[in-house]
Amino acid sequence: MEKPWQQQGLTEEEYRLIKELIKKEPNEVELGIFGALWSEHCSYKSSRKHLRKFPTKAPWVVQGPGENAGVVEVDENVWVAFKIESHNHPSFIEPFHGAATGVGGIIRDILSMGARPIALTDSLRFGDIRKEAKSRGLNKGVVKGIGGYGNPVGIPTVGGDTFYEDSYVTNPLVNAFCLGVIPAGKMKRARATRPGQVLFLIGSQTGRDGIKGAVMASAQFGEDTEEKRPNVQIGDPFFGKKLIEAIWEVLTEKPEAIVGMQDLGAGGLAGSASELASKSGLGVELYLENVPLREEGMTPYEILLSESQERMLIVTEEELVPYLKKVAQKWHLACAVIGKTTEGDRFKAYYKGRLVADLPVSAIVDQAPVYDRPYKEPEYLKEVKNFDQNTLPEVNLKEALLKVISSPNVANKRWIYEQYDYQVGTNTVYTPGGDAAVVRLKWKLRPEIYTEKGIAISNDGNGRIVYLDPYKGGKWVVAEACRNVACVGAKPLAITDNLNFGNPERPEIMYQLVKAIEGMAQACEELNVPVISGNVSLYNETVSGGEIRNIYPTPVVVAVGVLEDYTNYTPSVFKSNNILYLIGDIEKSSFVAGSEYLKEVHGLVKGDIPDLDLKEEKRLIETLVELNNKRLITGAHDISLGGLIVTVLEGLFNGETTLGANLELYTDERIDFFLFSENPTRVVVSVDPEKEAEFEEFLNSKGVKWLKIGTTLEEPILRVTNNGENVLEINTEEVRRVYDRRLEEILG
Amino acid sequence: MKFGVAVFPGSNCDYDTFYVIDEILNKPVKFLYWEDRNIDVDCVVIPGGFSFGDYLRPGALASKTPLAEAIYNFAQKGGLVVGICNGFQILTEMHLLPGVLIPNKQLKFVCKPVYLRVENENTPFTRKLERGSVIKIPIAHHDGNFYAPPGELKKLEENGQVLLRYCSPEGEVSSPYNPNGSANNIAGIVNKGGNVFGLMPHPERASENELGNNSALFIWYSLIEG
Repeated sequence: MEKPWQQQGLTEEEYRLIKELIKKEPNEVELGIFGALWSEHCSYKSSRKHLRKFPTKAPWVVQGPGENAGVVEVDENVWVAFKIESHNHPSFIEPFHGAATGVGGIIRDILSMGARPIALTDSLRFGDIRKEAKSRGLNKGVVKGIGGYGNPVGIPTVGGDTFYEDSYVTNPLVNAFCLGVIPAGKMKRARATRPGQVLFLIGSQTGRDGIKGAVMASAQFGEDTEEKRPNVQIGDPFFGKKLIEAIWEVLTEKPEAIVGMQDLGAGGLAGSASELASKSGLGVELYLENVPLREEGMTPYEILLSESQERMLIVTEEELVPYLKKVAQKWHLACAVIGKTTEGDRFKAYYKGRLVADLPVSAIVDQAPVYDRPYKEPEYLKEVKNFDQNTLPEVNLKEALLKVISSPNVANKRWIYEQYDYQVGTNTVYTPGGDAAVVRLKWKLRPEIYTEKGIAISNDGNGRIVYLDPYKGGKWVVAEACRNVACVGAKPLAITDNLNFGNPERPEIMYQLVKAIEGMAQACEELNVPVISGNVSLYNETVSGGEIRNIYPTPVVVAVGVLEDYTNYTPSVFKSNNILYLIGDIEKSSFVAGSEYLKEVHGLVKGDIPDLDLKEEKRLIETLVELNNKRLITGAHDISLGGLIVTVLEGLFNGETTLGANLELYTDERIDFFLFSENPTRVVVSVDPEKEAEFEEFLNSKGVKWLKIGTTLEEPILRVTNNGENVLEINTEEVRRVYDRRLEEILG
Repeated sequence: MKFGVAVFPGSNCDYDTFYVIDEILNKPVKFLYWEDRNIDVDCVVIPGGFSFGDYLRPGALASKTPLAEAIYNFAQKGGLVVGICNGFQILTEMHLLPGVLIPNKQLKFVCKPVYLRVENENTPFTRKLERGSVIKIPIAHHDGNFYAPPGELKKLEENGQVLLRYCSPEGEVSSPYNPNGSANNIAGIVNKGGNVFGLMPHPERASENELGNNSALFIWYSLIEG
C-alpha cells in the first residue's frame, strides 16, 4: 500500500524533513498542505537554484519574479503586468477544461496585480497531427478550451505559436500568457500590511474539483493517466468575467478596500493563504466553515485544497467588508470573511472551532527543499552533432519547398487563431499572423490608462533547436522572441518564460534544463531584457510499457516590447515593387542543422546548430526599431522555420493579395542550404525604391550587414536565380493555397 | 441623439461600443444595466458578448431581464434598437426580430473580417450607405447561423428586411463567402417596423483608422445624421 506521503507526491526524506520542521507527525490535512506547496509545481525545488541565474532587474522593471506577475513601466502613466503559465498536465487529461482553466488562471494572476487583463497569447505543442488521431483530438480540444474561456471573458487572444513534434505526443504543452494594464503607481501585491486584517474570499463557490492538481502536475504520466481526470479543474468564464468586473469596480471606486490580493490557484486556499502570509511576514487563521461551498459534506481537507476556479482572496480592513459584500452581491458572486492575519508565523485552519491544521508558515512556503539535482551531458548529443550536411542528397527544390510549406509547423495557423476572438476590447492593432501582435493600451473606464505607445508581444520556443544544443538553443529562443518584437518596430523590454522539460530526476534532463537556462540568461544579459516572471513545468515525461519518453526541452519565451507610437508599426508582409534585403548576421555559412527542411525533406533531426552572436543580434534589434521609427522599411519578417525562402513567401502573402518576387542570388553554397537554412539573427525587409539609398546608408552607419536579394512584384510568380541561372519558378498563389489550407485539411 | 449601451452580466463588447460612440462619434452615451427598467435615450445598442454565460441558449436569459422588457416596450413605441452579435441573439430571443441564430455550420467559433453587401439603404441604420456597396466588418461568434422557416424567410426578403449579406470582396453572394451557414447569407436584418436592427458583424471593431478599418462608420453616421 502507498504510504501517506507517497499519496501526496512526497519522498520519505521530505516526510522526515517535514516532521523535523514542524516538530510533530503531520495529520492528513497538514500533509495535504505540504503535498501541494512542496510540489515541484509550487516550490520550484528542482529549478530554483538555476533560476537565480536569470537577470531580473532593469530601471523599467517595477516588479520582478516572486509575485503573481512581473510589472514593467511603459511610460509615466501606464505600467503593464505580464506572465506565462503552463497547464500541460491537465490539458492532456482533459484538453478542453485543462486549457480553459490555464487561461482562467493566468488571467487571475494578472488581475491580482491590480491590472486590467487586455491580451492573451498561448504556446502550444502537440504530437504530429498528421500521424495520430489522439494529437488531432488534443489540438482541437485545447484550441476550443482556450477560445471557450478567452472569448466569453472578453480578453482577446492576439497571438501565440504552435509546434508539432513526436516528442509531445503524450505530453502536449499548453502555456498561456496574459498581459494587463495598470495606472502607474496603482499596483497591488499579495500582501497584508499588519496583523488583524481580514481575509475576504470572493468569486465562485468551492467544490471538489482540482484537488491535488498541483501534485498531479508535478509527476510524470504512466498508465493510470485517465484516472487523474478528477484532478483537473473546471472553468467557468462567466464567473471569471464577473470576478474581473467586480475587482475592477473596487479598484476604480474604492482601491483602499484591497490592501492586497492573491488568486486561488495551485494548492487552493491553503496555497494562497500561506503564500500571502509568508510574503507579508505574518501568520494566518482560517475559518473553513465560512467558505461558500458548492457541494455538501466537504471535509476540511477538501475545502483547503480544492482548486476550484474563479476565486480571489482579498486582504481588507474590517470596516470595508460591507462595501466588498455589496460589490460581490451586485455581481452575483459568492463571498465570505474566511480568516484574518495574525502576529507570528502560524498557519492555523479551524473548522467549526476545531483546529484542523497548525503549521509554521515558513515551513510550508519557504523551507521546501531546494535540490541541486545532478546533471550530466546526455549521450544523444554526440550522436546528433555527428552530422555532415554535405552528405545530404540533392533535391528537387520545388518539391522540397512544397514539403516544407505544407508541414503543419510552417503552415498558416489561421485554423487556430480564427477560433479565438482576437479583437474584443478593440485594442488589437496588429492581428495574429505576423511576427508579433501589437496592442494599444486604452481602458475606457480608466482615462489615466492611455498612452500613444503600443505593446508588441511574441511567443517563441523551438524545442527541436534546444534539444540539439540546450545552451545555444536557449540563446536562440530568447533572441528570436526579441527579434520578432523588434521586427514590428518595438523595443524589447522584458521577457516571461515557461520552462517545459522532462523528468529532472534524470541527470540528462537536468542537463538540458541547466544549460538552457544558462543560454537564456546569457542572451537576456546581452540583449538587456530581464526575466520578470515565469513558470517551470517539469516531469513532462511518459513511462509506458517500459518505454520512457521525455519532451524536447522547450523553454517558451514571450518577449514584450514597446512601440513609440502604436499607429506606426512594421507589418510582417511586403509591399509590391519594393526591394528585398536580407539583413543581420548574413556572413555565416548556411547550416541546415535542426531545420524544418532537414526534418521534412530528409527525415532527420540532427546537426550542430550555429552559435548565435548576441552582439550582432543586439545591433540588429536596435536597428529594426529605428528603421520602423524612421519609416525606412515597409515590411520586416524574421527568418525562422523554413528558412529564407519561406520567410520571403510569407511576406508575399499580404492580406488578400498575393505578390510575387524576383530573387537574384549569388552564392557558391548549395542552393538548398542557402534557401532553407534557419541561421538566426537574420531578417528580410522590404524597402520602397525611393528610400533605397537612405536605407543602405543607415544600415552602414549602424554596422548592420545587408544583401540586396531581389524585388517584389504584383504578378504572383516567385523566380529565383543563382549566379544568373534559374533555380526555381513557382506560382505564389498555388503555394499559398497549400499554405493556407494545410491545417484545415488535417484538422477539419 | 443620445445612446444607451445595454450591459448584461457577461456582455463583453459593452466598453468597446461605448468607446466608439463617445470618443469617435462624440455623441452622448450611457450604460443601461440589466436590472434597469427605465430607458431615457434615443437609441439602445445591445453589444456583443456572452450574456449570462450563454447558458441555456445565447441570449435566452438576457431576454427575460427587466432591461429586456424595457427595451421591448421602447421598441414597440418606435425607439431605435441595434443588436450586435449577442445583441442580435437577444433580439431574436425577445421576438423583436424574426428567426434564430443557431450554431455555426462548422461548429466552431469564427473570428475574421468578412465582406458584407448592403441590401437596403432605406432604413435609419443604412441610409448613408449605397445599395449594392460592399463593406468589411469583422465577425466573432459561435452561433451566428441565421435560420428562419421558409415562409418567414420569404417574407423577410420580400419586405426588404435583409440589410446585410455575407459576400465576396466584389459583392458576389455565394456559399464560399458564407462564414457560418446563414440562410441566404444573411448577416443583418431589420424588423418590419424598420426600427430594430440585428447584425452578427461588429461595427464597433471597424470604426477607427487606427485599428486598420473604419468601414462601419457609415452605419453609425446613418444613425446620428438622420
